[in-house]
Amino acid sequence: MSALLELDDIHFGYPGQAPVLAGASLALGPGERIALVGANGTGKSTLLRIALGLIRPARGTIRAFGQPCARETDFQQMRRRVGLVFQDPDDQLFCPTVAEDIAFGPLNLGLSRAEALRRVDAVLEQLALTALRNRVTHHLSGGEKRLVTLATVLVMRPEVLLLDEPTNALDPENEARLLAILQALPQAILLVSHDPAFRARLVQRELHLAEGRLGPHPHPR
Amino acid sequence: MAHLLSLAPPHPGGATGGPGPIHGLDPRGRVLAAAAFAVVVTGLSSLPVLALAAVAALAMLPLSGLPPGPTLRRMVMMDGFILVMLVLLPFTTPGTPALILPGGLVATREGLRLAAEIALTANAVILMLMVLVGTLDPVRLGHALARLRLPLRLVHLLLFTVRYIEVLRAEYDRTRQAMRARAFRPGSNRHTWVSLGQLVGMMLVRALERSERILQAMKCRGFTGQIPLLDDLSFGAGDRLFGVLFALALGCLIAMEVALVRAA
Repeated sequence: MSALLELDDIHFGYPGQAPVLAGASLALGPGERIALVGANGTGKSTLLRIALGLIRPARGTIRAFGQPCARETDFQQMRRRVGLVFQDPDDQLFCPTVAEDIAFGPLNLGLSRAEALRRVDAVLEQLALTALRNRVTHHLSGGEKRLVTLATVLVMRPEVLLLDEPTNALDPENEARLLAILQALPQAILLVSHDPAFRARLVQRELHLAEGRLGPHPHPR
Repeated sequence: MAHLLSLAPPHPGGATGGPGPIHGLDPRGRVLAAAAFAVVVTGLSSLPVLALAAVAALAMLPLSGLPPGPTLRRMVMMDGFILVMLVLLPFTTPGTPALILPGGLVATREGLRLAAEIALTANAVILMLMVLVGTLDPVRLGHALARLRLPLRLVHLLLFTVRYIEVLRAEYDRTRQAMRARAFRPGSNRHTWVSLGQLVGMMLVRALERSERILQAMKCRGFTGQIPLLDDLSFGAGDRLFGVLFALALGCLIAMEVALVRAA
């Protein structure tokens, strides 16, 4: 079984600060769901950004779908097939209306306006969000924003889904809704979450990030 | 834009420039000296005196501890803004022809003189500003302006800009990353323009709302329009000496100008 996403020996540090990642490695296979666990500031979000080439590691290699990714053009190709849901929905939603924001990705994939809008409606229906279609993104509640950001990524039909703290600031009802949606998805998932119950119900395996390296979780359930 | 920002200190509020002798002077004295220099130099009209003023500003550069290369490059960047005017002036000012270009364009002696005057004035003033005021970190500049009785609104505007410009930049960077993560590649097309327009629009809306939240949080802590400034400005003997020397130098420039104008 070849991995969809492989990070090998990733080193990274923000300028003027101690290194965050020092030899982190990870492989995500088809249909696999892995959680990244670690204290605040250990570099979990950084690792997700590195995986997509949004920031470059000082050392280490990234392979996606068997292809090494080194230059921006490699990452541009892989970002069409790997989706990242950001920690703060406000970073992700920047268009006036929900429909426009969800259509942004498909338009970037080169779809026509009509095709993009068809996909928008399909994903809204899949996530039972059709009522939000013409709402102004800025006025959505926290839970609605979270579900819409998931829609903005799923609409691109990625093969891998990276989720950065998706349950942040969600009420139990919206959290349950998000969990049900994610459980039904066929995509491989790399999840960063501080919520043990949420992780337990979504992923098969947990990796612990500490001192810049990934290892098995020291306190398995 | 990025190359303009890159000269800014890595941490806003941190010290700018190296440890030059100017660094120890009181910020108020430096702001006043730079302002006086600007007023005097804009009033000068004879080219030799203006050239002397520019040389004086240049001579201050080593005292500031600023790196000469990047500082002069910044000055040249400013020249970019007035370049068009400087090039057009000789051809648009009426007077005695000095130079005739093929095509019948006539540059006048008066126009060339005017262009040189403006170029010298602008460069001397901007250089002195960079040496005296540009070496202040923004927070100290804000304190100095407040102590000089500048309207508090303007001082607050400056201090809030210093505080939040990084927050805004980080928000912009994260949103651009999120756009790239969704396969956005800017090009010359409608989709790009619309997307970037929406990015800017959303940044403005969020900044406005953030400012309201900040104001609310400040009110919760008793803000009534006054921010108590904690500063440790002191005007000492060195500052007095600097003030006297600077005033003497300005006096010399004025005296030479007056003498030259009378002689003419």
